[in-house]
Amino acid sequence: MGDLNTAMIEKYRNRFLKEVEANVEEGEWVKMCMQCGVCSGSCPLGKFWEHPPQEIFMMIRAGKRDEVLSSESVWMCTSCYNCIVRCPRELPITHIMHGLAHYAKRLGLVPKNQPTAKFAQMFWDNLMVKGRVNELKLGLNLYFMNGIGDGVKVALKNQKIGLGMLKSKRMNPLEAVGGHAVKDLKGFHAVLKKAQELEDKRLADHGA
Amino acid sequence: MAKRQYSFYPGCSSQKGASSSNYLISVQTMCEELEVQLNEIPDWNCCAASIGYAGGGELPRLTLSARNLALSEQHNPGQDVVATCAACWLSTREAQERLHEDQSLLAEANTALAEAGLKLTKEMPIKHMAEVLIEDIGYAELGAKVKRPLAGIKIAGYVGCQTNRPFGIAGESFENPKYLDQLVETLGGDSIPDYEKKVQCCGGALAFSEPEKSQEMVKGIIEAAYDHGADLIVTPCPVCQMNVEVYQDQINQTYGTQFKMPVVYYSTLMAVAYGRSAKDAALNGQVIPAKKLEAIAGK
Repeated sequence: MGDLNTAMIEKYRNRFLKEVEANVEEGEWVKMCMQCGVCSGSCPLGKFWEHPPQEIFMMIRAGKRDEVLSSESVWMCTSCYNCIVRCPRELPITHIMHGLAHYAKRLGLVPKNQPTAKFAQMFWDNLMVKGRVNELKLGLNLYFMNGIGDGVKVALKNQKIGLGMLKSKRMNPLEAVGGHAVKDLKGFHAVLKKAQELEDKRLADHGA
Repeated sequence: MAKRQYSFYPGCSSQKGASSSNYLISVQTMCEELEVQLNEIPDWNCCAASIGYAGGGELPRLTLSARNLALSEQHNPGQDVVATCAACWLSTREAQERLHEDQSLLAEANTALAEAGLKLTKEMPIKHMAEVLIEDIGYAELGAKVKRPLAGIKIAGYVGCQTNRPFGIAGESFENPKYLDQLVETLGGDSIPDYEKKVQCCGGALAFSEPEKSQEMVKGIIEAAYDHGADLIVTPCPVCQMNVEVYQDQINQTYGTQFKMPVVYYSTLMAVAYGRSAKDAALNGQVIPAKKLEAIAGK
């Protein structure tokens, strides 16, 4: 991934907006932002963003590549779509944030231990195994994502929630072995492998 | 013979032993009463929800939904697709829009699907179950089936985010949708039309990765329901339901509150109002029991 990052820096030099337009999902919309700030004021986690969306858009145009791509901010999106429906220019802000976060991950620029980046990757890896999410394994991986010691603490803190879910039959310990899956797993994996190849090819072509 | 049928995308969390398995049970009961036949898309896969974006790039994510839509077209041709989960509905509908707008992405998705002998051709409407109820069936027919009105129960309609934005229910506003309130009234309950947290975000998937930030928002959602004298909260979204119901003990510990607010699905309310048993309404799936509904279902 470091190589891809270097290739992109070489290729785009100081033209970060161009890089975003070419490589980030829905990135071609960034230039449409008119800096009104409605997105920043509408975000439920607004107060936790070091750089709220409006600022991120201006920073992209100002060429602040490292500051944007290694920012915790792009991982603060809850996907509530408040910004999307309120943006007077109708920018797909939610998707741009997801796109920036994904691009940062592809380039290996995510801040260490960013919890949402870790959880989001776990979710994807989990569903790719059997085509459907295994909630039990996802939950256990989440508890232990910062190591065993921390994991035991988190697990104990959430013990009561686990028991409640178990009692109401909304959690099944048997998911630890086997679990729900698509039947045509071979076909599923072949389809997703091809999609990933095509996606990688496009990004590699842009970096070349 | 069912009056209506749909190609059904139940989603991961609705499966047996999963976090919204109670939702599916109550939806099945509700659909029996409304003579709606749900034809499950055979071998459907996860949609990647709204948190799959770190690992999943644009094309792999869209391809997940494309596979479901291709299977739907193959096995349930000509049927509208319906999802009960807000994230399933949103991801699938967004994927369809994106693939419609970008022919090169559609071509690539079909190249990937060809690996399993699938192809995406037709575009059928993709609906949330709430759309089926409100737009396809309508309040009059929904009300006509009520056998045990939810009399004297005050219910806060928590619409949340993804059932409401960016698509939502026809004719409703993003800032103050009223269909859940109207549904509560249709079932004989007391709605709270000015419940100010009805479209407040619960944190979504960030409830797992950023629990403190999420629980601060959930606290507001529950507090406002209490302020209005609500007996319970109703929601159309599995993530909303879980986030607002199951962390109440932790919120009580953090904030010194004494929350014990049941959070149910619209389908739970409907199964009870339509005279079905507590079991059929999946009331045993509540982590915080909905006692007032149990009392009606036990009559």
